[in-house]
Amino acid sequence: MDFGLSEEQEMLKTSARDFLQKEYPKKLVRQLDESDEGYSPELWRKMAELGWMGLPFPEKYGGGGGSFLDLVVLLEAMGYNVVPGPFFSTVVLGGMTILAAGNEGQKKSLLSEVASGKLIFSLALTEPSVKYDDAASVKTTATARDGKYVINGTKLFVLDANVADYLLCVAKTKATGKPENGITIFLVDSKTLGIKCTLLKTLARDKQCEVLFDNVAVPKENMVGGLNRGWQIIQDVLQKAIVAKCAEMVGGAQAALDMAVAYAKERVQFNRPIGSFQAIQHYCANMVSDVDGSRFVTYKAAWKVSEGLPATMDVAIAKAWTGAAYSRVTLLAHQIFGAVGFTMDHDLHLYYRRAKAGEIMFGDGAFQRAIVAHELGL
Amino acid sequence: MDFRFNSQEEAFRQEVDDFIKRELPTNWAEESHYWPGGYGTIPDFEELNPAAERFRHRLADKGWLTLAWPREYGGAGRSNIEQAIFNERMSYHRAPGPGVATLISGPTILLFGSDEAKREWLPKIARADIRFWLAYSEPNAGSDLAAIKTRAVEDGDDLIIDGQKTWSSGAHVSDFAWMLVRTDPNVAAHRGISLVIVDNRSKGITIRPMINICGFHSFNEVFFDNVRIPKRNIIGEQNRGWYYVMAALDFERLVVPVGGFKRTFEELAQWARETKRDGKALSDEPLIRDKLADLAIDIEVAYMFFWQTAWMLDKGLVPNIEASVLKLVATQLSRKLANTAVDVMGPYGELESGAEWAPLKGRMCTGYLDCISGLVGAGTSEIQRSIIAIRGLGLPYTSG
Repeated sequence: MDFGLSEEQEMLKTSARDFLQKEYPKKLVRQLDESDEGYSPELWRKMAELGWMGLPFPEKYGGGGGSFLDLVVLLEAMGYNVVPGPFFSTVVLGGMTILAAGNEGQKKSLLSEVASGKLIFSLALTEPSVKYDDAASVKTTATARDGKYVINGTKLFVLDANVADYLLCVAKTKATGKPENGITIFLVDSKTLGIKCTLLKTLARDKQCEVLFDNVAVPKENMVGGLNRGWQIIQDVLQKAIVAKCAEMVGGAQAALDMAVAYAKERVQFNRPIGSFQAIQHYCANMVSDVDGSRFVTYKAAWKVSEGLPATMDVAIAKAWTGAAYSRVTLLAHQIFGAVGFTMDHDLHLYYRRAKAGEIMFGDGAFQRAIVAHELGL
Repeated sequence: MDFRFNSQEEAFRQEVDDFIKRELPTNWAEESHYWPGGYGTIPDFEELNPAAERFRHRLADKGWLTLAWPREYGGAGRSNIEQAIFNERMSYHRAPGPGVATLISGPTILLFGSDEAKREWLPKIARADIRFWLAYSEPNAGSDLAAIKTRAVEDGDDLIIDGQKTWSSGAHVSDFAWMLVRTDPNVAAHRGISLVIVDNRSKGITIRPMINICGFHSFNEVFFDNVRIPKRNIIGEQNRGWYYVMAALDFERLVVPVGGFKRTFEELAQWARETKRDGKALSDEPLIRDKLADLAIDIEVAYMFFWQTAWMLDKGLVPNIEASVLKLVATQLSRKLANTAVDVMGPYGELESGAEWAPLKGRMCTGYLDCISGLVGAGTSEIQRSIIAIRGLGLPYTSG
């Protein structure tokens, strides 16, 4: 049993933290959050040059040949600093789907463009019913017509659709039979006629969008993973996405703890640092349990996913625990900061917002606990 | 990073599991009222059970009571992960085994005792021939342990002890006190404390039972009236006792009954599956499923902290705040497990052991009471949090 990172992973973690601290100061983070695009093309290029976008993809597709676990290490560092932008959508949601289900041609052309920073992806999965596990809830249809597929429907809470070059659209291609056997994934050029994308302002300033598909015609070569084969592909990608989100949350929780402890040591009231009051000390101690616990369960799930081992229970445990823990930690941090943490100019709310968004995304605690109950055979 | 056990570790786990199942009396786990994470229902603290003693001696014969001790002192020289594997299986089966002697006294003597002390005490401890009780707390010295007043005055080659100890778990069924006494009242509190061994048969010792809220006689008040001990019973150097005990406390906190949590949860889940209301199993109720899943998640987190501290020890890292985090997490889980169980059982959860209709021999009801001892014993949760904050995070001392 080994809880340690490899030497390379330690180096990646340190170099990523240093790069992000320098290139993504909180002032820039706030600017990007308030902007519509939500990312800096110049920094996007720099991250691509560092090999970050290609990190988990095989070298033959232009990637760095790293493991999923390596990506998780990087994502924790990104969560620590807060890095606005479509990295998660592009590399995790888009890239992992292409890697899992694309044909050789798709993998070669798309993954290399992702790796070089030339492409931004968005996964258009969720619909107004917001059910992650129910294939029957996919109402967006893709109908075969004149050698193409025509997509109609509404997708909601689609991350980074407003800046994506390609949308991976999850649509219903078969009206009869089991819903899980009638879902297909389509690669859709975001400039295709009939797509209307509206940016929604969200708590965490992540660029979630409403995407309307009105007779959007897609060449049939743009099918990803085969006709009616999409649901299982998406479920597998979601496992990775959940772990990846947990990694960001672990990083963010650590940052909130570090900020709160530093502040408690320097803020003086009643002629003493507030960190000398037991209430504050005990909040910080509780935060340690939450941060460390999150890190352990997240990395266990990440390792299992990275090794290709069955991980349904571990992923659900990681998401249930980490989602709740990150929120608890940021809430306690706000108590420690007092009023000064209640301003937009302060950094903490950046984490507090992301904690709730992370908790909700891909299924909240109750959703994950239902999976755990099922896996336990209750 | 790797979350698997190697083949040697897996084989050891199997060997331990088989041994326990073979050597423990049948239905031992089902009959035991031991609650994981509490100190009030530990059988060793209540009475001498011949079956438990026999089992313990068989463990000693295999060298399993002293797994992580060096071989020259009766240990098996096994890794901390293997020690943790052993602890996990033992608590899963609610098996009697290591006590104060093997967990605390032995390792402390190994670290700080003279060669003479090692020769005198370690073999007997390793063979499970002698039992120790912890004589630390006093009526005026609990969380503030350094405030102890029990005096030990020099008289030639002896010390004369006068004072009182309290919350003395197992004193009435042990052979020796593992005791903190004040040997120098003229210096700062923690600098004048010595660690000594006192024979329970010494003249002047009075043990008065106390009944804990579970209804068990686990602890006592113990009065020392002119009790004479030889100076060679001082462990390590005179007046350095505080520091030895602080080091030892960290090792005690690593022994957390994660296996016991798992076992108790499995029993609760099984009960929920078997119990039907209007033809529907309780385990089919969404709210109950949610509570049980929540518990299962917390147990997995506790397991992760447990393995991680063992891994740290094997890497040569010192888990001082990790030990406090583990104790904090485990004892909170102990309470949550009991509370959830009683809630899920409803009125049945209130039935005490022995009552007609009591599910699972009233174990969860007993646990609801015993979990309190986990939260306040061996360092209250508040003390643990202060240790985490001050020693771990570097926050300033409260006295500013």
